[in-house]
Amino acid sequence: MDALFTEAFVAAFFFGAVTAGLPLLLAGLGEQISEKAGVLNVGMEGMMLAGAYAGFAAAFLSGSFLLGFLAGGLAGLAAGLIMALLCVVWGMNQIVVGIAITLGAEGITALLHHIQFARSYPRLSRVETWPLPALADLPWLGAALFDRHPLVYLAFALVFALAWVFRRTQLGLNLQAAGDMPAALDAAGVSVAATRIAAVLAAGLLGGVGGAYLSTVGGGLFLPFMTGGAGFIAIVLAMLARGRPLWVLLGALLFGASLALTTALQVAGVDIPTDVIQMLPFAMVIAMLVAFARHSHLPPALAIPYRRGER
Amino acid sequence: MAAGPATPAQGGGRAGGRAALWGALAVALPPLLALAAGAVLLAALGKDPLAYYGYVLKRGLLSPTGFEASLTRAAPLLLIAAGLIVAFRAGLWNLGVDGQFLLAAVCVAAAAPPLAAAWPAFVAIPACFAIAVAVAALWSLVPAFLKARHGINEIVSTLMTSFLGIGLANVLVKLPFNDPATTVPQTATLPVEERLARLGDSTVHWGVVLAAVAVVAVHLAMTRTAFGLKLQIVGANPRTAIHAGLDVGWLTFAAFAASAGLAGLAGAVDVLGVHGTIRADWNPAYGILVIPLVFLARFNGFAALAFVFLFAVLVIGGESAARRLDVPSFFVLVLVALLMLFFAVTEFLGHILGRRG
Repeated sequence: MDALFTEAFVAAFFFGAVTAGLPLLLAGLGEQISEKAGVLNVGMEGMMLAGAYAGFAAAFLSGSFLLGFLAGGLAGLAAGLIMALLCVVWGMNQIVVGIAITLGAEGITALLHHIQFARSYPRLSRVETWPLPALADLPWLGAALFDRHPLVYLAFALVFALAWVFRRTQLGLNLQAAGDMPAALDAAGVSVAATRIAAVLAAGLLGGVGGAYLSTVGGGLFLPFMTGGAGFIAIVLAMLARGRPLWVLLGALLFGASLALTTALQVAGVDIPTDVIQMLPFAMVIAMLVAFARHSHLPPALAIPYRRGER
Repeated sequence: MAAGPATPAQGGGRAGGRAALWGALAVALPPLLALAAGAVLLAALGKDPLAYYGYVLKRGLLSPTGFEASLTRAAPLLLIAAGLIVAFRAGLWNLGVDGQFLLAAVCVAAAAPPLAAAWPAFVAIPACFAIAVAVAALWSLVPAFLKARHGINEIVSTLMTSFLGIGLANVLVKLPFNDPATTVPQTATLPVEERLARLGDSTVHWGVVLAAVAVVAVHLAMTRTAFGLKLQIVGANPRTAIHAGLDVGWLTFAAFAASAGLAGLAGAVDVLGVHGTIRADWNPAYGILVIPLVFLARFNGFAALAFVFLFAVLVIGGESAARRLDVPSFFVLVLVALLMLFFAVTEFLGHILGRRG
């Protein structure tokens, strides 16, 4: 076992943890914005999958990862538009619409994959990185954090930017009010619908980019159903983080680490089913909830459509 | 009703009695629009929509083998639907049915061969059913406890226990329940003659009858009994329920246990009636497909019966069409999604018309 914990091995593990955690981070942040504004986005899995397909297809056809991320974001945004129209404007049930979006995205992306890629299963080359001088050469964590595609730096910066937006800006207050007491926001002259639509679109965009990262950088290829529940994990992360972006980051890295550990143990030849390790984060969270839970804090108006004058 | 409510139970009320014509349209329109949009998609893929739909109908419903396969496929889906109706009417979003289903199925798959060898079928099979219900109900204890005691949103807790249950089921198949005689990790296979008896000369097992009876029984229990009424009050408004002197905590546990128990029973029926064994990493994820159907049925058991059977026809026919016409079976997922979207649109239009009228 000693030989296992060489610096190269641990550095590779951290690198894998960040790679696996990044889609969860982006989707979790998006979900958090949406939940803060009172829209429970159960369609996150579908938005990620749409982003994963569009991102891969665009990156494969154009040869540019940047275009891939953009296409993924747009695909997520399109799914977000449907969600916003049905759930915010028309006030449909958010859980049902979310499941419909997930099913639709699963079906459509699998169909498109079947037509385009199912015979060749093309792969992308590795993404080029922009190493940060000096920092990238740090032992253990340098490669994992500082020798990355700029999107990774942006994602980390987004955590702190969002924390600032939530705490210090009018926009953050509006988002919070849209989820806590939409009638008050309405009375203050701010459109609840516009606030919630913006939040859902942001969730779609981030989920789509996260999905694109998963397929282009994480896997280098697209497979049907490849998100494998990541969108639902993002929902769990956002709810457990209780509105704090930093907690989404911690949770995403924890899940990323457990996924990377699975690979690492396989490389090391340790013979336990990968399921055991992938269960660990859930088991930990549930154990913590059972042991320490107080009343959970969710936005009171979560999943309730707003109609002026209705109580 | 068009309004997406906070809790499922509030969405389960009766549609306003506007015009009978609109009522009929509201039921017929979404499937027709979904099929039409699906046809456009098929045409865009270069397939003949009429040929596809015709083939699906022929192989899923009109041919004897297809009809029997559709009935068989409907059995676990119906039991899951019954479980969802209990939970949704009680205002609980049990999104963890897949974990409850799989964990119960795996435990039954492991228990069935030795039980069937030791006992006659009329003892062994009920024992397997009991194991499935107990395992799934136990698995729902944690979300029920978190909801009843700490008010923790059951969407998160059931999703988490679902992932956990699926993982645990896989570990069980790979380690303790693994049949060493096989190369792929899987449980010991239940001999065909020990499985659920067939109905007459058909390939359909009697689990289908059980499932259909369960859906109707659940519907009647939820709408016609004091217990069901209590659950519906909890679902409609927990505060009212407390003021009415109901033990909301206990009712939450009961609703979760019943919902998960039925999902577990679905696992038992699928294993004992069809598969006889479970391979590692097998997860049909029925739950996420049945949730929209139950919602379309407005939590009504009889409507759920119809929707689930039609869905099973679509799946079985779609699987045949995938082999014959090279339209992947994923297309069925798109159809369900389209159905939900058009359902949403129709509901919205109905809401507007209702407001004007």
